[in-house]
Amino acid sequence: MSLTEKDKAAVKALWAKISKSADAIGADALSRMLLVYPQTKTYFSHWPDTKAGSEPVKKHGKKIMGGVGLAVSKIDDLAAGLLELSELHAFKLRVDPANFKLLAHCLQVVIANMFPKDFTPEAHVACDKFLANVALALSEKYR
Amino acid sequence: MVKWSDFERATIQDIFSKIDKDVVGQAALSRCLIVYPWTQRYFGSFGNLYNAAAITSNPKVAAHGKVVIGGLEKALQNMDNIKQAYTDLSVLHSEKLQVDPDNFKLLADCLTIVVASNLGISFTPEVQAAFQKFLDVVVAALRKQYY
Repeated sequence: MSLTEKDKAAVKALWAKISKSADAIGADALSRMLLVYPQTKTYFSHWPDTKAGSEPVKKHGKKIMGGVGLAVSKIDDLAAGLLELSELHAFKLRVDPANFKLLAHCLQVVIANMFPKDFTPEAHVACDKFLANVALALSEKYR
Repeated sequence: MVKWSDFERATIQDIFSKIDKDVVGQAALSRCLIVYPWTQRYFGSFGNLYNAAAITSNPKVAAHGKVVIGGLEKALQNMDNIKQAYTDLSVLHSEKLQVDPDNFKLLADCLTIVVASNLGISFTPEVQAAFQKFLDVVVAALRKQYY
């Protein structure tokens, strides 16, 4: 389900509206994922605290949104643009790719929650496709 | 047997008391048909589902959204025995409607997103967790009679 020009335009338009709140979105989405899908905490056993508002969660949420922003800027070739991140996730982090869907869902819940007027069904489908393609690009190097 | 904490029971009741049931069902179902267009396969008799605008204004989609919410309310009234309460609904979806049960999760995700967009800051992570647990149980109950 590759991105059409219409999808790319919708993603860029949505990003323009939400990017100022990127740090807050990332932290909120990450803390929701850790709470709603407790199995994801297994990747963060080295953190003293996985609760919303904790320092590691805020810091890591910011890092994740940096990746999302990068993906938006490389939307025309995600596999090439996210190559380094894919290698990181494949060889070092080894996150099971099923988890990308869980984070994508939480990201969209947060965007819907914070920007209900902007997260129209049209924006939602473009965003869902985009995040699915980001997940695919991140899994590129897995095997 | 599903165990519900007091917080979870109260939260789920609270969500249903806060949402506009006429709006949420329609919004979630139309979002599902737009975001996951393959789900339209089950609604051949609904007329014009050609684009997002058509889906959002389709009266049959709106009516069916209310039916879906009615189904969730049935689960709400039978929270300690949703599996049992949903036996007939599960048979209906499996034998008559022949819905691929993976679709239930797609609609559940759209419901979560619509509720999130309606409840603002009161839709905390803990509230989301309780709501998603409720939907997980509902989905499992709907799957139960498939063979």
